[in-house]
Amino acid sequence: MAEALLEVAGLRKRFGGLAVTDDVSFDVAPGEIHAVIGPNGAGKTTLIHQLSGTLRPDAGSIRFGGREIVGMGLARRARLGLARSFQITSVLPGFSALENAALAVQARSGSSFRFLRAAATERGLNDEAMAALNAVGLGARAGVMAGRLSHGEKRQLELAVALAMRPRLLLLDEPLAGAGPEETERLVGILRGLRGQYAILLVEHDMQAVFALADRISVLVYGRVIATDLPAVIRANAEVRAAYLGEDEAA
Amino acid sequence: MRAALVVLAGLAAAPFLGFGEGYSLTLLARAMILAMAAVSLWLLVGGAGLVSLGHAAMLGVGAYALVVLDDARITDAVVVVPVAMGAAAFFALVTGAVAIRTSGVHFIMITLAFGQMAFFTASSLAAYGGDDGYTLYGRMTVLGHRWLEDRLVFHYLCLGLLALALLGTQMVLGSRFGRVLRAARENALRVEAVGFSPYPYRLVAYAAAGAVAGLAGVLLANATEFVAPSYLAWQRSGDLLFMVILGGLGSLQGAVLGAVGFVLLEEWLGHLTEHWRLIFGPLLVLSVLFLKGGLVGVLRRG
Repeated sequence: MAEALLEVAGLRKRFGGLAVTDDVSFDVAPGEIHAVIGPNGAGKTTLIHQLSGTLRPDAGSIRFGGREIVGMGLARRARLGLARSFQITSVLPGFSALENAALAVQARSGSSFRFLRAAATERGLNDEAMAALNAVGLGARAGVMAGRLSHGEKRQLELAVALAMRPRLLLLDEPLAGAGPEETERLVGILRGLRGQYAILLVEHDMQAVFALADRISVLVYGRVIATDLPAVIRANAEVRAAYLGEDEAA
Repeated sequence: MRAALVVLAGLAAAPFLGFGEGYSLTLLARAMILAMAAVSLWLLVGGAGLVSLGHAAMLGVGAYALVVLDDARITDAVVVVPVAMGAAAFFALVTGAVAIRTSGVHFIMITLAFGQMAFFTASSLAAYGGDDGYTLYGRMTVLGHRWLEDRLVFHYLCLGLLALALLGTQMVLGSRFGRVLRAARENALRVEAVGFSPYPYRLVAYAAAGAVAGLAGVLLANATEFVAPSYLAWQRSGDLLFMVILGGLGSLQGAVLGAVGFVLLEEWLGHLTEHWRLIFGPLLVLSVLFLKGGLVGVLRRG
């Protein structure tokens, strides 16, 4: 197997007496879709925060592309190619969809300490931003203010912004959160289209989507990874069923 | 931008429309100079989302830089203007480096605190008049020429610099730099998530706004030929903030409309009655309550 793109080893985070991330280790290979699932309160969001750089772990290491990134902040990790999408949609409501994506292009193409030329007329930025919007099927809505997009469209825009960063790894924090059945179908289709082009760490509640998309799945329970394996193996794992899947089936 | 252009055209025509005598020109110069300071404050409040309650300090630092040079008989604009703008930018850079690490109410309080520090420092400068202020030897010269003593020349100088500040700020807001600044105002986390640290952008904006306000301070000192600690008083910071909000945060031109409207209203009420503040205050309150989006918002709807 090729060397892992993201290697998490011995990650720990405590809030008071509660171990929210308890000796978590896993890796994401280039081009792989690796899903992290777990019941509510398992520590998925805390894990994403530590991976993206908005929360500092107490111990452990996170290596990205062979480089230790534990001490780096969100912006620095983003520049290295780690793109994060947010569980609660986080777009710039007063910017058009195109400008939302163009800002991400701008972040990786030259200095932004440029004061005179109008950014909105930069062909280079706009073309790449448009390509990212098209990749998620939002090209027709490029000129619309992000604040006026529907919920599903905002989820698409969130993805487009991440793609516009040309990342090496996508950290997707519940990209289907709050999406209706049709929107979910569309978003899963988009994610399927990204398979192989990007390494993706997918944290998601929608089990159908996870089993349809993931190459490997890690199961997080009370802050610990209790299993990492192929979807078929995870589905058959008794411990996982007891901790998580069983709940759903019993309900 | 149209409303601001109408106001600027009005100011350009004013000397020929019966407002050419000394008293009117003094008033209009004051309006234009404060409008320039308001434009620089708008970059912070409307552009970067940094609500500063210490902007008068930048004005004051520029004016006191001029005082120090005037006392040393250095009065040529070629030296005074860059030094004063540089001093104000430097003051903004140093205080901003601390203040911009905070946000919201804390940012307001810390800029107020720095402003008060500057105010008390100015009050204690015995060599430059202390509390009583300092009367200039005269207006600046330009390459040795005493052009600024001509009221009309001074009027158009203020107008030209205001227009320049307005256009320059507009351009910066639309640039790559301005886009990062505006995006960080809307959602700082989003901006960081695509790879920008907002801090250096905000700090540069803060220093640039300081420089422009410093230039306004130089002009104000020349207009009145007198500089006092009241230049830096927090009430003036409050007035500037009010002008920006009165004009409207939706568009940069609001700063010009707000400042000119504020100064003229203040003047007009002052003529009506000695107790004009009793009317002015409630009017300001009503304008905040009912003019959604400020004067710019009213014009857009109307």
